[in-house]
Amino acid sequence: MKICFFHLMPYRFLPDDFEQRYRSVWVDPPHSLFDPEKCGDLYHEFLDELEFAEQAGFDGLCVNEHHNNAYGLMPSPNLMAATLTRRTSRAAIVVLGNSLAAYNPPLRVAEEFAMLDLLSRGRLVAGFPVGTSMDMNFAYGIDPATLRDRYYEAHDLVLQAWTRPEVFAFNGKYTQVRYVNIWPQPLQKPHPPVWIPGGGSVETWEWTAKLDYVYCYLSYYGYKRGKATMDGFWEAIARLGADDNPYRAGFLQLVCVADTDAEAERLYFPHVHYFYQKCLNVWEGFAEAPGYRTVKTLQTGTKPQVGAQAKKIRQSLDWQKYLDQGYVIAGSPATVRQQLTECIRSLRVGHLMVLLQIGSMPKDLVLHNTDLFAREVMPHVRDVWSGYKDRWWPAGAVAGNGQ
Amino acid sequence: MTPDDRTLDLRDGDVRFRVLSAGRGEPLVYFHSFHERGGWSPFLDRLAGRYTVHAPLHPGVQGSGGVETLDDVLDLVLAYDELLDRLGIGAAHLVGHFFGGMVAAELAATLRARATKLVLISPLGLWRDDAPSADLLILPHEDLPAVLFRDPASEVARRWATLPEGDNENVAAQIESVQRRAAMAKFVWPIPDRGLRKRLHRISAPTLVLWGDADRANPVVYAEEWQRRVKGAALSLVPGGHMVLHEAPDAAAAAVAEFLAT
Repeated sequence: MKICFFHLMPYRFLPDDFEQRYRSVWVDPPHSLFDPEKCGDLYHEFLDELEFAEQAGFDGLCVNEHHNNAYGLMPSPNLMAATLTRRTSRAAIVVLGNSLAAYNPPLRVAEEFAMLDLLSRGRLVAGFPVGTSMDMNFAYGIDPATLRDRYYEAHDLVLQAWTRPEVFAFNGKYTQVRYVNIWPQPLQKPHPPVWIPGGGSVETWEWTAKLDYVYCYLSYYGYKRGKATMDGFWEAIARLGADDNPYRAGFLQLVCVADTDAEAERLYFPHVHYFYQKCLNVWEGFAEAPGYRTVKTLQTGTKPQVGAQAKKIRQSLDWQKYLDQGYVIAGSPATVRQQLTECIRSLRVGHLMVLLQIGSMPKDLVLHNTDLFAREVMPHVRDVWSGYKDRWWPAGAVAGNGQ
Repeated sequence: MTPDDRTLDLRDGDVRFRVLSAGRGEPLVYFHSFHERGGWSPFLDRLAGRYTVHAPLHPGVQGSGGVETLDDVLDLVLAYDELLDRLGIGAAHLVGHFFGGMVAAELAATLRARATKLVLISPLGLWRDDAPSADLLILPHEDLPAVLFRDPASEVARRWATLPEGDNENVAAQIESVQRRAAMAKFVWPIPDRGLRKRLHRISAPTLVLWGDADRANPVVYAEEWQRRVKGAALSLVPGGHMVLHEAPDAAAAAVAEFLAT
């Protein structure tokens, strides 16, 4: 079992009435709410938390990419990953990832990931998300009809740039380069492990399985609601005749650990509530540009993670409902151990990513949560998948338990 | 009037047009926009009294296909060029609303001989930073009537806003709406400016710019912009909102017919 510490880097200082006064945390939240002094401090706070997670024994550190987003202050996860390469020495650096279609040419991703792989001495996991509609279609202006096509082409270019021994010409529909020949090349051979963060689209499951990549479902709605998606993924794996190695899968879960169940509510509820009510407050019109999801996926009836319908569901939530519905696994170490084991087993997930900094949670509380999780929970779930080999772990990373 | 409903394959089926046709007289081709749900309308009925009206559905919309093979506006214009050949039309009156107006203008500017006369109804395709047109592609359904119609409480607006009640029909209608908007978004995302302004001087067909005087989606300042850029273009303001064709089909059709007849 691999356990990674995931950070979204949220702005912690949105006003109390944010979700009443402003339509969206993403795409058009006004600058008047942004204090650069505070954000500078936040970056250091967040990096301290990530570095602490390595010391605490986490196997990997996850960063990701968002744009125009008050809950994700990381337009460039590569910058954060780069600083982590200097201040950590053991954990995998999991960049989840670079939205390929947004880079022009996408070779920039091949180059920067190669740099990160070298700087970290082979600890990089290369994540390639399509990117959310808010990030790609609205913040970056990419036409939804061609987004996926651009993504697939960019992926092919990056993989070829990493693996083909010769200088070659790439005549793509969206990118044409006469001399592809990136210097530097990544350290890991044939290339860093590839993880694909997805939101539950049918095509992504099959594509990921065919290419033998890790599929990561980055849901904010917990393991109970995530089960249908992960079941769909495992069915796609079975259809394609691949093995059911749990390390093919990654899943993000929000977790809060305290000395007792009651203490968990007292410590964490305001921050969890901040996350669900403010950080996920996305205007319906931005939730999904027309054409972002394919018709095939629309026909499965799944809804976007944000937007009017999701907001309506979230508004009625109190602490008990967050827990009952599995959005957050929270409570005493014993409570968390039991539910997290259920999460890992029911989703069959070998790469668990936990979100321990949630919403407005300040650093001292994050470190408390991280420390308790690492000491009281992690050792008890480490061996769940001990019979399986993780073929998708970076060669230069050493797991927190020394393996 | 029930129009004739045909599907025509071009390019060995790579592009497929569903075309609704009715009427008699000189040919007139109508290009629809995001929120007309394609198809036929009372406005087209009126025009079909004097012209042979062909209303092709945009590729990707309700039976027309192949939008994935059309990468840009030029590809789209050439597909329509081939469609006109297929319909046996040399030149026709080209009429379009909003997105369809942009398509008609592109066609008339690129292939001048195709346009006898050109009618642009609140066309898209120009951009002014000081007066952006509404982001109609993404506005939630319940917010649209107030932007599209002069009077969102009117019968026509309420009929437009009503989605089917049955679960399956409702989902199908929503998916159809997404597909329709996605197929057109490809040619105007994220800003509806593909350089048409550089081509407008080429338009040689007599042109009418028609606008709903209370258009909240595409501000009337654009009417002046179009008039300035298309030499000799006439302007007609009809009482109505952005969906003036549907709100005032008689007045709109009369204005168009008068222009085409002179």
